[in-house]
Amino acid sequence: MSISVKNLSRHYDKQKAVDSISFEARPGRILGFLGPNGAGKSTTMRMLTGYLEPTSGTAAIAGKNILTEAIAAKRQIGYLPENTPLYADMYVKEFLTFVGQTYGLSHLAARVDEVVKMVGLTPEQHKKIGMLSKGYRQRVGLAQAIIHNPEVLILDEPTSGLDPNQLVDIRLLIKSLGAAKTVVISTHIMQEVEAICDDIIIINKGKIVANDSLEGIKKTYGGLSLEDIFRKLTA
Amino acid sequence: MYAVFKRELFSFLSSMVAYITIGIFLLVSGLLFWVFPDTSVLEYGYAELNGFFSLVPYLFMFLIPAITMRAFAEERREGTYELLVTRPIQLWQIIAAKYLSSLVLVLLALIPTIIYYYSISKLGFPEGNIDSGSVIGSYIGLFLLGAAFTAIGIFSSSLTKNQVIAFVICAALCAFAFLGFDYTSQVSLFKAIESPMMNLGINQHYTAISRGVLDTRDLIYFITFSALFLFLTKLMMGGKR
Repeated sequence: MSISVKNLSRHYDKQKAVDSISFEARPGRILGFLGPNGAGKSTTMRMLTGYLEPTSGTAAIAGKNILTEAIAAKRQIGYLPENTPLYADMYVKEFLTFVGQTYGLSHLAARVDEVVKMVGLTPEQHKKIGMLSKGYRQRVGLAQAIIHNPEVLILDEPTSGLDPNQLVDIRLLIKSLGAAKTVVISTHIMQEVEAICDDIIIINKGKIVANDSLEGIKKTYGGLSLEDIFRKLTA
Repeated sequence: MYAVFKRELFSFLSSMVAYITIGIFLLVSGLLFWVFPDTSVLEYGYAELNGFFSLVPYLFMFLIPAITMRAFAEERREGTYELLVTRPIQLWQIIAAKYLSSLVLVLLALIPTIIYYYSISKLGFPEGNIDSGSVIGSYIGLFLLGAAFTAIGIFSSSLTKNQVIAFVICAALCAFAFLGFDYTSQVSLFKAIESPMMNLGINQHYTAISRGVLDTRDLIYFITFSALFLFLTKLMMGGKR
């Protein structure tokens, strides 16, 4: 298992943002993390990536405990935070080089060129990040997540705010990355889930209300569309 | 850590922050030291830099907050802090990188003022009649003072997402750390502990080093002072998770 989460919780005062959730994710599959706004998707992802400390529970990324082997776990994670924060004052390649250096990568220049090509940034590679359109900024976000070739990719709403053309491109990219890695993405778009996800977890008010493969969940709810299932479980 | 340090430094140098703050620092210190009659060394008539060294701490109270205010405040507001802490780097390395890059900038502001030393030594009679030992001591003192103020600045920046608030807190803390203990010790209530209280303030130690006597106690004071504020920064940023 590349990701295994056990009884992970995060409380803010009395509110339970994430309430003792457990799940696992396997390599070669894309896991869709669904739920209404405020259900605890981002909080869970932030705990897995080491940004937030869990109130209780634990998780392992590629066999490395996120609490006791935090640095080793972080090396195996590629993370795209919500809203894609980036250093707007840096140039695309300069930024990717910086990210690569934080992982201590060797042959960095070649690797930067490689990921620039992979995510389709070639025409914009000499610009400042602040000058890029949202779609290209998203690609920079993906590029920094994959530059160290991590086992696990955690992408928080990677397609929000993209136009239909960019959507298709980014989905294809995620799908191709998912072939070899463990990918967790959060999204609100059900067509997207149908298009790229293999497994689904639906989370509501901090608790997991469904955890199955895409076919499995459809079978369970016999014929209902994914959208209806989502509404039924979280409304 | 080196990668973060380099990024911080480049972002200072590629934005106008560095040039404007250092430029204004040099302009103001130059005007005060050479031109304005009340503080000018030319009016004063003695070829020494003491006036300059007693002036700079006050300028640092504005220069240093301007440099350090963005350190954590901006990153947290922009959300890039999330990007930074999810890298395989320890928190203390991030803090050290930000601290050192700001300190380099303070150093860059100080270096051009060596020309004042040169000018004054030329103006002395006979030429070169200047107490070099005291000048070197004062520069070391100024650097240590800058290091302490920078630590305060990094800490202030960790308290808030708002850069203006970080600036004001830093300026106030610097002023208090520099003079506050001296003034407070004069309050009749604290008469009994006047001397140990004054010893807590930066001014005492800065003046001591400026005399050209580098006492290990003063050195330890400045190192402890900076380390304390960097440690507090770590507590603040660690608790924010």
